[in-house]
Amino acid sequence: MRQYLNVFTAYIIMGLLIILVGILQSWGVALAILNLCLISAVMTMGANIQWGYAGLINFGIMGYVALGGLAAVLVSVPPVREAWQVGGLNMILCLFLIVLLIFAIRYILKNYKKSNKRNLGIALLIIIGLIFLRLISSPAIESIEAVSPATTGFLGGLGLPIIFSWIVGALFAASIAFVIGKIALGLRADYLAIATLLISEIVIAVLKHEDWLARGVKNVIGLKRPVPYEVNLQTTDWFIRLIERLNTGSLSLITDVSEKQAVLKQLVIEGSTVFVKLCYAGLFAIVVIILLILTQKALYSPWGRMMRAIRDNEEAANAMGKNVVKRHLYIFVLGSAVVGIAGAMLTTYDGLFTPGSYQPMRFTFLIWVMVIVGGSGNNFGAILGGFAVWFVWIEAAPVALYFINIFTSGLEDTNQFKIHLINSVPYFRYLIMGMGLLLIMRYRPRGILPEKIRHA
Amino acid sequence: MDFVNAIVLLSNFVIVPALSYGSQLALGAIGVTLIYGILRFANFAYGDLMAFGTMFAILFTWFFQSIGISLGVLPTALLAIPFAIIIAILFSLLIDKFVFSYYRIKKSPPVTLAMVSIGVMFVINAIIRIIIGPFDRRFFDGERFIIRANEFKEMTGLNEGLAIKSTQVLTLFVTIVVALILFWFLNKTRTGKSMRAYSDNEDLALLSGISPERVVMITWIIAAILATIAGTLYGLDKSFKPFTYFNNLLPIFAAAIVGGIGNPLGAFLGGYVIAFSEIFITYAYKKFFAYLLPESLEPNTLIQLLSTDYKFAVSFSILVIVLLFRPSGIFKGRVL
Repeated sequence: MRQYLNVFTAYIIMGLLIILVGILQSWGVALAILNLCLISAVMTMGANIQWGYAGLINFGIMGYVALGGLAAVLVSVPPVREAWQVGGLNMILCLFLIVLLIFAIRYILKNYKKSNKRNLGIALLIIIGLIFLRLISSPAIESIEAVSPATTGFLGGLGLPIIFSWIVGALFAASIAFVIGKIALGLRADYLAIATLLISEIVIAVLKHEDWLARGVKNVIGLKRPVPYEVNLQTTDWFIRLIERLNTGSLSLITDVSEKQAVLKQLVIEGSTVFVKLCYAGLFAIVVIILLILTQKALYSPWGRMMRAIRDNEEAANAMGKNVVKRHLYIFVLGSAVVGIAGAMLTTYDGLFTPGSYQPMRFTFLIWVMVIVGGSGNNFGAILGGFAVWFVWIEAAPVALYFINIFTSGLEDTNQFKIHLINSVPYFRYLIMGMGLLLIMRYRPRGILPEKIRHA
Repeated sequence: MDFVNAIVLLSNFVIVPALSYGSQLALGAIGVTLIYGILRFANFAYGDLMAFGTMFAILFTWFFQSIGISLGVLPTALLAIPFAIIIAILFSLLIDKFVFSYYRIKKSPPVTLAMVSIGVMFVINAIIRIIIGPFDRRFFDGERFIIRANEFKEMTGLNEGLAIKSTQVLTLFVTIVVALILFWFLNKTRTGKSMRAYSDNEDLALLSGISPERVVMITWIIAAILATIAGTLYGLDKSFKPFTYFNNLLPIFAAAIVGGIGNPLGAFLGGYVIAFSEIFITYAYKKFFAYLLPESLEPNTLIQLLSTDYKFAVSFSILVIVLLFRPSGIFKGRVL
């Protein structure tokens, strides 16, 4: 029981902090933090599967998050029929060609011995393939992007409910991770880190500049939601009645009818935003709980034991007949898929897809800080890390502002130094994150909630 | 004549920019590779160390400008570099003392140190943004061009102009001087030799009485000097924006790995390899071929192998090819 006490206290403190924000700032802010905490928790679970279970460094988290976001667009946006007519066939042909190319390379790799001739052949194949791709795709891309570029200019998606994208995002991320893993997983740890970082930058570059796919930097806005819209809620009878019932106490004090109506309207507007966020929180919490159950089960299964064995001593595990390369690939794909889910969730929550907003600081390194601070190898730790670090990331600015105001209270408001400090408040979060990571790594290297080693 | 025109065109848009960009990468890559060879970890904070040094170069430049000191045709920043270097050195030694030394003494695995360097990266990032802000800053003063495109056309009577920016020549010149001094230091002096010995075999070096603290300190000093110079040159040539410095870290790493990590000469050449391939592959050759080929064969597309947006893909492809086929880098030889 005692070993679970830490976990309980940590999560209770976290919950109290969020409630405190709700009381001090507003419930909208608190719920927004909670929702992003839940999304971060999914990301950290993905990273934790790779780093905590198997010791694989993946600095490409940003890429998988973005792929999840792409899935959200491709699933939920209705197809642009005109664009499909002018260029759809060519694009499908291109996709077909890429698949063919991959299989051809695979065939050569499998059936011919390693030699310079084989390398040359593969290089030639890739170059010829690229030229063909270019020839087929470039006229199609031009005509697709010419279809009312201000609003569409892309192929659109499937027009399905956006919630399906959470699964599709996982599939996208998994398939890309499979290809990357095949190429890069043999590398030494630090090379793998650099290679994955580079790949994630390439993924973002593709999303930014291939306008026919998801409008690139022109962004896709107004994605459909899986939860009701505030505007609709405000005119729905049952919702107004619900708010009325919740506030009967304060409403009964007001005697004037028109004033009562006005107050009620205000309450309904506030209530609707909170309600929508609550709906999201419910959906996200379901995902987090399902993933938590699955990952916990996996961690304490023979499979999890094998992964830890591989992590702690690769050579010994190899000697015991475990196929380390295959297991690594498997877990790399699995972790990336979980991150892909998180990416789709994030885009669903935002309701828009902005490739320009993906930055390695926010989507790769911050997630790593979460995993390390929370406790790698321990799912509860990783989730707590996601919560705590995101909470600090958001609340760092107001707290920094508060302290700056205290320390510079002797200075006048027109003082240049004070103005400069106040203008740079948003950047104190980087400072706090960096110091936090350094302190944790120094004094509690296994995280707030360390991994529990169970000996049978 | 057409042939000369084509060559001038290529020099103007490919060779001259690639030489200066390559020099900036080369200096950075030597720094990364030295840290890797001696301290044995991939320092993800190096891009931000470059930005940190550049920031102080800019602050000193502003200070000199405000009291009326300038170098005439040369940028004032050259005068500021030595002062910026001193601060960058003190800062790196401070970080080493309070952060990295603990893990070195504990003999932590390289992955832990790389992770710690990410913490350092966050901190330096914050310091830079708090002091100078995240915005684009230009701090070049003095004469912008050595040869302008128009002057060149008048001088030679060619159709194509060749513009050479003073910063490009400056970059190349400074890089060659710094690299010569560095390689002389590493190969000829006692301290340099002890550094190479330490990187080659730590235990043997310790046994023969080489002081590890001294070697580590000198490595940080050299790394800080290189970071500041490379960063300032890059900032003079283009502009200073903290975020681009972080992004430059990736081609720098690629250069260091291509040259065989831990090998300064390889890193130096690797910088040029990366820069030239990035620019060669993303350049649109339409006009170039228009000069060379007869009119009937003139291309009607851009003949661009890859759009400039994907220059990361070039670094990455080179990196992957090198790692798959020659994991120790394309240049053979000893480490350090």
